[in-house]
Amino acid sequence: METTALPTLNYLNNGHGLKSWLLTRDHKRIALLYLFSVTAFFALGGFFALMIRLELLTPAADLVQPDTYNKLFTMHGVIMVFFFLIPSIPAVLGNFLLPIMIGAKDLAFPRINLLSWYIYVLGGLFTLTAAMTGGIDTGWTFYVPYSTQASNSNVILAGLGVFITGFSSILTGLNFIVTTHRMRAPGMTWFRLPLFVWSHYATSLIMILGTPVIAITVLLVAVERGLHLGIFDPALGGDPVLFQHLFWFYSHPAVYIMILPAMGVISELVQAGARKNIFGYTFVAFSSLAIAIIGFLVWGHHLFVSGQSTYAGLVFSILSMFVAIPSAVKVFNWTATFYKGAVSWDSPTLFAFGFIGLFTIGGLTGLFLATLGMDIHMHDTYFVIAHFHYVMVGGAIMGYLGGLHYWWPKITGRMYPEGWAKFAALMVFVGFNLTFGPQFFVGYLGMPRRYAMYAPEFQVWNVLSTAGATILGLGYLIPIIYFTWSIKNGAIAGANPWGARGLEWEIPSPPPTENFAVTPIVTERTHQYAPSREVGIV
Amino acid sequence: MFTNFPFFPQVASEQASQVDALYFFLVAVTGFFMALVAILVVVFAVKFRRRHNDEVGVAIHGSLALELLWTFIPLGITMVMFFWGAQVFFHMTRAPKGAMEIYVVGKQWMWKVQHMDGAREINELHVPLGVPVKLTMGSEDVIHSFFIPDFRVKADVVPGRYNTLWFTATKPGRYHLFCTQYCGTKHSAMIGWVTVMEPSEYQAWLGGGPAGGSMAENGAKLFQDLACSTCHLENGQGRAPSLKGVYGSTVTLANGQTVTADDAYVRESVLNPQAKVVAGFQPIMPTFQGLVTEEQLLQLIAYVKSLGGGQQGATK
Repeated sequence: METTALPTLNYLNNGHGLKSWLLTRDHKRIALLYLFSVTAFFALGGFFALMIRLELLTPAADLVQPDTYNKLFTMHGVIMVFFFLIPSIPAVLGNFLLPIMIGAKDLAFPRINLLSWYIYVLGGLFTLTAAMTGGIDTGWTFYVPYSTQASNSNVILAGLGVFITGFSSILTGLNFIVTTHRMRAPGMTWFRLPLFVWSHYATSLIMILGTPVIAITVLLVAVERGLHLGIFDPALGGDPVLFQHLFWFYSHPAVYIMILPAMGVISELVQAGARKNIFGYTFVAFSSLAIAIIGFLVWGHHLFVSGQSTYAGLVFSILSMFVAIPSAVKVFNWTATFYKGAVSWDSPTLFAFGFIGLFTIGGLTGLFLATLGMDIHMHDTYFVIAHFHYVMVGGAIMGYLGGLHYWWPKITGRMYPEGWAKFAALMVFVGFNLTFGPQFFVGYLGMPRRYAMYAPEFQVWNVLSTAGATILGLGYLIPIIYFTWSIKNGAIAGANPWGARGLEWEIPSPPPTENFAVTPIVTERTHQYAPSREVGIV
Repeated sequence: MFTNFPFFPQVASEQASQVDALYFFLVAVTGFFMALVAILVVVFAVKFRRRHNDEVGVAIHGSLALELLWTFIPLGITMVMFFWGAQVFFHMTRAPKGAMEIYVVGKQWMWKVQHMDGAREINELHVPLGVPVKLTMGSEDVIHSFFIPDFRVKADVVPGRYNTLWFTATKPGRYHLFCTQYCGTKHSAMIGWVTVMEPSEYQAWLGGGPAGGSMAENGAKLFQDLACSTCHLENGQGRAPSLKGVYGSTVTLANGQTVTADDAYVRESVLNPQAKVVAGFQPIMPTFQGLVTEEQLLQLIAYVKSLGGGQQGATK
C-alpha cells in the first residue's frame, strides 16, 4: 500500500489528446466520458431544482411567473431522470467496473459502448435545444392530451431527445447482459459474481425490455401532436388513460433502473466497509431479479385516481406490496452484514449508512402509496414528491456518491481528502432530510405538486425545505471540488487503499488499458475476508 | 414569524376519519421498522467498529431461518395494509344509493359546478352537511383532478369520460379545493372553496341562485332544440328508441351484447352513436360531437335520467 507513484502505463496516459478520448473503445475511458456528461446534466438539473426551491419560498409566484415555473420543474424532471439518474451508475461505475469485476478486458462490444455514449450526447443535445429555445412545460410525464393539444412548448423536440437517448440505455443494457454471460473469467461462476454485477444484470434486463415502450410512447405523442392522428386525445377518438398505461409501463420499472444499480453499489460498500461477506448472498442476488420482474407488473399504481377500474386497482395494489418485499430483504441483509463485522467509518461507508436510512424511509413511504385508500388522498401531492426523492436522491444519488468515493482511488489512482468527504456525506444527509422530510407533512396537508403558487398555511414547511436544499446543494458542490482537486494533488492511492476484496482491487490504480495482464482465475466469491462458515443465529 | 404550523388537514368528512385511521396505522408500522433498521445499523456500526487496520469481520454465510422470517413477516404486514386500504378504497369508490348528485366540469382553468335544480357556481361548491354527495365530473380540455384535502377525496377529471367521487361532509366550514393533475399555466390557480352548510341553509342558498330551470328542464329544452325528439319518440314508434325508462336499465344491442344505460353510455350515444346501436334500430343517428358542450351533455343526461328507469345509474 505504500506506493509512491502511479503505475507508469495506465489507461489514463495510454494515448493523449482529444481524439484519443473521443474515439476510445476502452470501457474505462468511456465511463469517464459519461462521468463528465452526467455531471454536467446533474449540475443543470440541480440548478433548475434550486430555482424551484427559491420560488417556493413564498406562496405567491414572485421570483418567476407560473409559465417559467412549469418549465423549470419539467426540465428538472426530464434532465434528472433521463440524462442523470438512468445513466449515472450503470454508465459510469457499471461501465468502469463490470468488466473488471468479472475478470474481462473490456465489454463484449466496445464500439457499441462508445456509440451508446454518442447517442446519449445526441439525445441530450436535442433536449438541451428544446430547453434553450423556449423550454417545455408538460412535466416530465408528458401527460396527454395536455402535451399533444394544449402545450405551446417544445414537446416534440424534447420528446425526441428522450426517444434518442433511450437507445443508449438499450445498447448499454445489451452490452452488460452479453458481457456477463460471455466474458466471465475462468472460475467466475454466476454465484461468485459480485452483487454489483447481479444488480447491473437485473437493471440491464429492464433497460432492454422497458425502454422500447417509452420510445414508442413518446413517438406516438409526437405523431399525435404533429400529425393530429387520434391516439390519446378523446377529441380525436383516442384514450388519454392509454397513454398513462404505456408511459408507466416503462417509467415505473425505470425507477428500478435508477435504484437497482445503487443497491449493487451499496452491497459492495457494505461488504468492504464491514470487511465481511454479505449476509445471505443468494437472497440479495435474487432479490434484484425479483425487483426487475415484479417491477414490470406494478405500473397501474400510478393510475389509482385516473378512473382505472376498481379491480385493476386492487391487482396493482397487491403487486406493489409484493415488490416492496425484495427491497426489504436487501435492507435486512445489509444490516445483518454489519453484525460482527469490522466496520470502518470511512466516507464510502458513511454514504452507505446514509443510503440505508434514506432508502428505508423512501421504501416504507412507498407502502403508503401502494395502499389504495391512502393513495387517493396522497396522489399528486408533495407526499409523492418526498417519497420518490427519498428513493431516487436519497437512494440512487447516495449510492452513486458512495460508489464514486469508494472507487475514485481506482479510477484516478489518487485519494481525495477524507475529512472533507466525511463532511460532505454529513451535509448531504442532513440537507437531504431537511429538504424532503417536510414535504411528507405538507403533502399530507394536501399541497399538490407542480404548484407555482400555494396556500399560505403550507409556507412554513416550504421554508424548511428550501433551507435544506441550500445545505444539500453545498453538500453536492464540495465533492465536485475535492474530486477535481485530487486528480492532480491527491495522495497516491495504491492498488487497494481500503483493504477490500474483489478483482478490481487486485490490479493497479489506475488500471492498465487491458485491465489484466493475465486473465485471472477465480476460486471464491468476492469479499471473503475469512473462511466462510454457517453460523446459527436463531 | 410562522405561527401557522399545521401537521394534519382538518377532518371534515366521513372519509377523512377512515383515511386518518389508516394513516396512523401506516405511520406506526413503518415508523417501527424504520427505527428498527436505524437502531441496528447504528448499534452494529458502533459496537463492531474497526479497531485496528487489519481487522476483518467474522465470515457469516447467512441464515435461512432469518431470511424466511424477514420475508414473510413484512409480507404479512403488507397484506394487512392491502386489505385495509382496499376496504377504505371500496367504500370511497361506491357512492351510496340516493346520494345527492352534483355535476362538475373542469376546464383550463376553472371548476364549473351545476346542481340538479339548476344552480350553478364557479370555483365554489356548496354542499349540505351530513348528506352523501356524489360528483360526476367531466373535462372540456385536458386532464384535471378534483381534490378536497380536508375530505381526503380525489378523482381525476378526464376528457372523454366521467369519473365520480362522493363524500359526506361532517363539519360546517370552508375547505380548499385543488386541481392536482397538472393542466398548464394556471394549474396552481385552478383552486376554489367547498362550503359545507346546514341542510336548511343549503336549501336557502339554492333558492337564492339565478332562476334558470333545473338541469333536467334545461336538458328537455336541448332535447327539443337539437331535434332529438323527432326520432326518439316517447311512444317508441320513432326511428330511434324511446328514452322513457331507459336510464339504469339493461339495453340489448344490435350485436347481441347488453349494456347498462349509465351516464357513460348516454354520453357515448350522443357523441358516437354508431358505437352501440340498440337492437332493432338502424345506425342512422348523426354524431353530436362538437355540437354540445360538456355542460349541455350533463343536462341531457339529467333529462334522460328524469324520464325514469331502472335503478340508480352506476357510473364508473
